[in-house]
Amino acid sequence: MSPSVRLQEMIRVIRGARTQGEERGVIQRECAAIRAQFRQADNGTRSHNLAKLLYVHMLGYPAHFGQMECVRLIASPRYNEKRVGYLGAMMLLDEKQDASLLITNSIKNDLSHNSQYVQSLALCTLACMGSAEMCRDLAPEIDRLLRASNSYIKKKAALCAVHIVRKVPDLGELFTPAARSLLCEKNHGVLHGAVVLITELCERNPDTLEQFRKVVPELVQIMKGLVMSGYSPEHNVAGISDPFLQVRILRLLRILGRNNDTASDAMNDLLAQVATNTDSSKTAGSAVLYETVLTVMDIKSESGLRVLAVNILGRFLLNNDRNIRYISMTSLQKIVQTDHNAVQRHRGTIVDCLKDQDASVKRRALELSLALVSAVNIRSLMKELLLFLSSCPPELRAHTTSGIFNAAERYAPSQRWHIDTILHVLTTAGGDVRDETVPNLIQLITTATELHCYTVHKLYRALITDISVQSLVQVACWCIGEYGDLLLRGECEETEPVQVTEDDVLDALETVLQSHMSSPATRGFALTATMKLSTRITHNVDRIRSIVSIYGSCIDVELQQRAVEYNALFKKYDHMRYRGSVCGAPSPSLEVCDLLDLLGGSGEPVPSSGLSHTVPGPATSTSGGDLLDLLGGLDAVERGSVKVYEKNGVTLKLQTDSQTDTGMTITLTATNSTDGDITSLTLQAAVPKSVQLQMKAPSGDVIPARGLGLVTQTVLLNNPNKVSLKMRVRVCYSSQGAVCQDTVQIDSFPSPAW
Amino acid sequence: MMRFLLLFSRQGKLRLQKWFITVTEREKKKMIRDMTLMVLARPPRSCNFLHWRDLKIVYKRYASLYFCCGLEEHDNELLTLEILHRYVELLDKYFGNVCELDIIFNFEKAYFILDEFLMGGEILETSKTAVGTAMEEAATLQETMEEYMSKPTF
Repeated sequence: MSPSVRLQEMIRVIRGARTQGEERGVIQRECAAIRAQFRQADNGTRSHNLAKLLYVHMLGYPAHFGQMECVRLIASPRYNEKRVGYLGAMMLLDEKQDASLLITNSIKNDLSHNSQYVQSLALCTLACMGSAEMCRDLAPEIDRLLRASNSYIKKKAALCAVHIVRKVPDLGELFTPAARSLLCEKNHGVLHGAVVLITELCERNPDTLEQFRKVVPELVQIMKGLVMSGYSPEHNVAGISDPFLQVRILRLLRILGRNNDTASDAMNDLLAQVATNTDSSKTAGSAVLYETVLTVMDIKSESGLRVLAVNILGRFLLNNDRNIRYISMTSLQKIVQTDHNAVQRHRGTIVDCLKDQDASVKRRALELSLALVSAVNIRSLMKELLLFLSSCPPELRAHTTSGIFNAAERYAPSQRWHIDTILHVLTTAGGDVRDETVPNLIQLITTATELHCYTVHKLYRALITDISVQSLVQVACWCIGEYGDLLLRGECEETEPVQVTEDDVLDALETVLQSHMSSPATRGFALTATMKLSTRITHNVDRIRSIVSIYGSCIDVELQQRAVEYNALFKKYDHMRYRGSVCGAPSPSLEVCDLLDLLGGSGEPVPSSGLSHTVPGPATSTSGGDLLDLLGGLDAVERGSVKVYEKNGVTLKLQTDSQTDTGMTITLTATNSTDGDITSLTLQAAVPKSVQLQMKAPSGDVIPARGLGLVTQTVLLNNPNKVSLKMRVRVCYSSQGAVCQDTVQIDSFPSPAW
Repeated sequence: MMRFLLLFSRQGKLRLQKWFITVTEREKKKMIRDMTLMVLARPPRSCNFLHWRDLKIVYKRYASLYFCCGLEEHDNELLTLEILHRYVELLDKYFGNVCELDIIFNFEKAYFILDEFLMGGEILETSKTAVGTAMEEAATLQETMEEYMSKPTF
């Protein structure tokens, strides 16, 4: 019975399992059998059992109990067992496992074995999972093998040395002499290993790099030999003789020629020869050409050679093969800073690649296009980018919009163009823009004073077409509120005049307010705009009044608060309304700031730089004090506290104690209006993932009856990512013997109590 | 250097995994899952190169198997396509018209061939014939059952 059949039999059985559960069952049985076999005396099946275990491991099942068996098998004199043992070590052991140290001795012995195949097993395993300690231990052995063995072992020893140098860079010095002499070998495998080893040594040690610069002529010779050699069936790939070796030599030349004129000079001719003569119709040739181009661009090459290299990349851009186009753009990206003009010449082709079907190619083309934007080509390039935006894959949208905004900011030829561009982006992909876009755009509009009329007309038109894009709607509302008078006047230099009546404008704003698509922030903008219009229009002030008073009983606490305050303006402070509103543009970022500006006006226009103020928190300016006085009479909404739960006589109120940019402190207060005490009160809270929640100890868990007492609990929220804060609170309590449990969702928090 | 080489089927079943770096089992599983999801989602005739974390991913589909490897910054992607192709050729030469089943039932041999071709994430042998020769010669060392049992255990 050939033992290997047993392995294949097991594989067949596992594959025959019809369900995941069945497979698990089979594997559990097999593993149990294997474990039992491991414990038994030698019966000739050790290697096959380990092989079975390795198969099971590949399916994703635990196999750590095989580690010691690997150690045992590696030490066996039987080649079968050694082979599987070493394979197992490479699969199950890594340098972090303790068991890996146990095989050091076996490896050491096997490195001096008289069979080269056993030596090769040891070398392979050491290069795969050798820890720093093992490497230090065995480095002298490897060095010995590098010098005196056959080419089969030499090539393996070379790559093993590479691994050692990666793990213990200091040992590089040990291998330098041997590496140097390996360059004289004829065997391609050994040569390749030598080149890789020298590359590794030079990358890690500048002195070694200095030393190896002297071998540039030798490398050039080897390379020439490969390029000019006739057909070699052993090494030929699509007409190129050993492209693997050619590419590694080119890479080494790159490292040696960098920042060094002499070395670069010595390789100039060779690079020109390779660049011109290599047939790039197949991937192998293209790979060599690609490496050549990278080398030319990185060393101190003559300008003629550089031009040749960029032209090769340009040719690659036109290649039918997507991979080659992708490679070309990656390379162009690397040199776009240093050889900007040369890359600009290929802008047309690059922009064409934006239309490619493939997502990887599109991404590269986008990166490169954004890097190529300059004052000269901004208009035409932006056209292409906007076109791209309308059809680009969703994962690239955010990147595209931010790239477009950056480019527009840097190179906008005129303010009108800038505003148009941003509006176009918002219309096409408003959902994927950064949060700062809205305030940034508002600031831009404010500074472009001559364009107010044009802008408000344009935004109004956009608003009546589509109100789904929140950022656009917010800016439009703000603009209408601010420059509504210009809109109503009807004439505008830059665009066709259109008659807009007060009713039309109020219709538009009301649509925004009522639409279920509008977010709470957007509604806030719309309501404020409506309010501001009350000073700019003459006939429909009553309509505005009624809109505002309706929202005084809106469920959304923010809107309710605003509406009530605006209502107060109408009722009690009508004389202030004009003064406050005329006083310049409030920041759209937080509604508290709105209120401060609107009501605390001193008669002087607030400078537009006030736009970028973040709200400092309650009462840092005197106007805050004014506010308290002005609105002291308001008792419609208990400032800062909102009822979140009311059932069975139990009421839960939420009050914001303090609020910062990245967090807030709130207090939950529970009261009881029933005749009996509420006992075992517990409050639990959940918040979105990136928000951290800390609930302090509650003041108690019994709420006395008939409102005679209350229970409070403070909650600290830390919101470093400034996501929109939501909280779910679970209320559990016992009332008159029955246990009650409810969950409430809190979507918006009241402003902090002053 | 190549960081890893994975072979998986169109259903996402792993057929071979070679890791040239030290990672925990958990991390390996995660990377395999990510690779599988990313590569299987690609439409046919797309570009064979992807970007994942700080690695370049090169993948190629051969019949029902996807060959996928992770490269570092300075590695040549086009050459890696040739490396994958060479490995498939080696398997084909060894098994004679290789198919996925060959690799499933003889996975250990697929590893042995790989270990003659790549080492430490670099190419070991660039000759087309040397790997096959080494496999044949190593096979002669494999003991028959009698030889096997007659040798001492340790």
